[in-house]
Amino acid sequence: MALIELKDVRRVYDLGEVQVHALRTVTLNIESGEYVALVGPSGSGKSTLMNTLGCLDRPTHGSYLLAGDEIVTMTRDQRARIRNTQLGFVFQSFNLLNRTSALENVELPLLYSRGISGRERRMRAKEMLTKVGLGDRLHHHTSQLSGGQQQRVAIARALVNRPSFLMGDEPTGNLDSKTSREVIDLFRVLNEEQKITVILVTHDQNIARNAKRTLVLRDGEVVEDTTDFEKAVAALNEEVADD
Amino acid sequence: MNLIDTVRIALRALLKNKMRAALTILGVVIGIAAVTTIVSIGQGASRLVQGEFQTLGTNMILVLPGNTKRGGVRQGGAPTLTSVDADLIGQQCPEVLASSAVVWTQGQVIYGNENWNPKEMLGVGPDFLTVRNWQLEAGGFFCSSDIESNAKVCVIGHTLIPKLFQTTNPIGQLIRINNVPFRVIGILEKKGANMVGDDQDNVVLMPHTTVRKRINGSPLDNVHAIMVSARSTGKMNVATKQINSLMLERHEISPGDEPDFTVQDTTEIAEALGMITGTLTLMLSAIAGISLLVGGVGIMNIMLVSVTERTREIGIRMAIGARGKDILRQFLIESVVLSCIGGVIGLVLGTGASVGATVLINMYKPGTQWPIVVSIPAAIVAIAFAAAVGVFFGYYPARRASRLDPIDALRYE
Repeated sequence: MALIELKDVRRVYDLGEVQVHALRTVTLNIESGEYVALVGPSGSGKSTLMNTLGCLDRPTHGSYLLAGDEIVTMTRDQRARIRNTQLGFVFQSFNLLNRTSALENVELPLLYSRGISGRERRMRAKEMLTKVGLGDRLHHHTSQLSGGQQQRVAIARALVNRPSFLMGDEPTGNLDSKTSREVIDLFRVLNEEQKITVILVTHDQNIARNAKRTLVLRDGEVVEDTTDFEKAVAALNEEVADD
Repeated sequence: MNLIDTVRIALRALLKNKMRAALTILGVVIGIAAVTTIVSIGQGASRLVQGEFQTLGTNMILVLPGNTKRGGVRQGGAPTLTSVDADLIGQQCPEVLASSAVVWTQGQVIYGNENWNPKEMLGVGPDFLTVRNWQLEAGGFFCSSDIESNAKVCVIGHTLIPKLFQTTNPIGQLIRINNVPFRVIGILEKKGANMVGDDQDNVVLMPHTTVRKRINGSPLDNVHAIMVSARSTGKMNVATKQINSLMLERHEISPGDEPDFTVQDTTEIAEALGMITGTLTLMLSAIAGISLLVGGVGIMNIMLVSVTERTREIGIRMAIGARGKDILRQFLIESVVLSCIGGVIGLVLGTGASVGATVLINMYKPGTQWPIVVSIPAAIVAIAFAAAVGVFFGYYPARRASRLDPIDALRYE
């Protein structure tokens, strides 16, 4: 059984007079342990697909099975629970809480899951921060950390609840090339050594090149699904040529 | 997420905006302080009233003569009560502790070349002190043989000492009351002013027989009133009933006829006075409560601002798995914590203010001993009320926060 199964997923935004088809139809499977890059020009539906996969948004049509569970029919609270236990998010703008220490930021997801004691929370958060190389920055506030360090705190937060997969929404978008590489290396290590499923949304080809599989989106449809990155680049450029 | 974590998070969130939190709290502080002060002073007032009734005599019941009717015009004060009535009430009613006939008179008291007009000159029975819950400071009181022999003895209140005797010991001295010589045999304990401000120590007590025969010169055996005290406050009603039936029987009043006496229960007066102070307190509390309401609106306002400001934080929390009710609880607890802190501070200030006010009243109006009342139940109610304000005014902003769409909230700048 695939970890993620999308079947004819559509997302229509009803703006009153016009209807925007953000996702026309998407059908795809992602297996556990894969490293997938989602690429495509702006407006291609990347973010919508991302929000759908991340259980933040609900498709208007179709079926989304995550580890065998149907997400589309779930209530808000049920989806919150899935986000808490099955998913780790890493955002472009880090989205850490201000004026809060690294440790507390990483503890946050554990606060929202049941039956974890304060001591265990702190222990797991500490362990995870050490793993991303911030063992000596536990009590620094987020504003006292560099961009790369902040993003590593965010990754630690995403992984602390041992999710089934990790999602990155342009995770290197706000970082310089050197720290970008560090963060991407971290993703690669997590995928190769810890077998964590990674799905990245990016428009940076250097980042996408790291992924083992690339999905190219255009106008709400997957136009290329390949393990050969050159083919993906070709598909992307073809679209640019069309425009 | 357990409650302690939630409260900790709420406190931390509030501490990030100390000034704002302090100003928000201020509204609740003022409201709770005002309510606490007014309730506390009000309770002091009603306790003062009750205390005055205690000094008037414990569990007092007054039997007064009925009406006379002349050509359909009713007039009070018919000569229908006798000292025998008084004695029988004391002996035959089981719930009556003591009773005393009372006859009043007026006149001048002379000692040496000093004279004085006491406010109250009463002819009473030997049990009068028991009825009035009064003690002697020195000397003795007259007994039933003094009553029978119309003895010319008297007991004086404290006010008379400086007016007549100055430094002389009054006991054993002869004084002339309306030109009849009386020997002073006792001095009453000081009672102070009553709630109307009348000096209760400006009094002379004599045997009622002596007053009737030697001062008032009345040939009849009637008395002006009978003062009775019941065994306990709880037995007042029973005692009143017993007196009533005894008197009806003795005066041979057939059912349906108008009795020639009335039995007055002073608890009714006490209750009426208590109700007046209670109503006043309630009314003032309601006015003070309005300021609490305004404080609550302040909380709601700040919580709404806070929710808008922290939209992104709410989005982050939702993205990593906070449910709507987690967010609701977080903001609700925040507003409850705010209002409870305000409640505690207000309670402390209010208690301080009421103690201060009481001390001031006692200082500027000597003679009144306004009691200081710090009531624990009132404190608990005040804190609970503050918490309720927090819940009530925090609910709408918290609900708004919990209803946010995570995607929109995350995008919010």
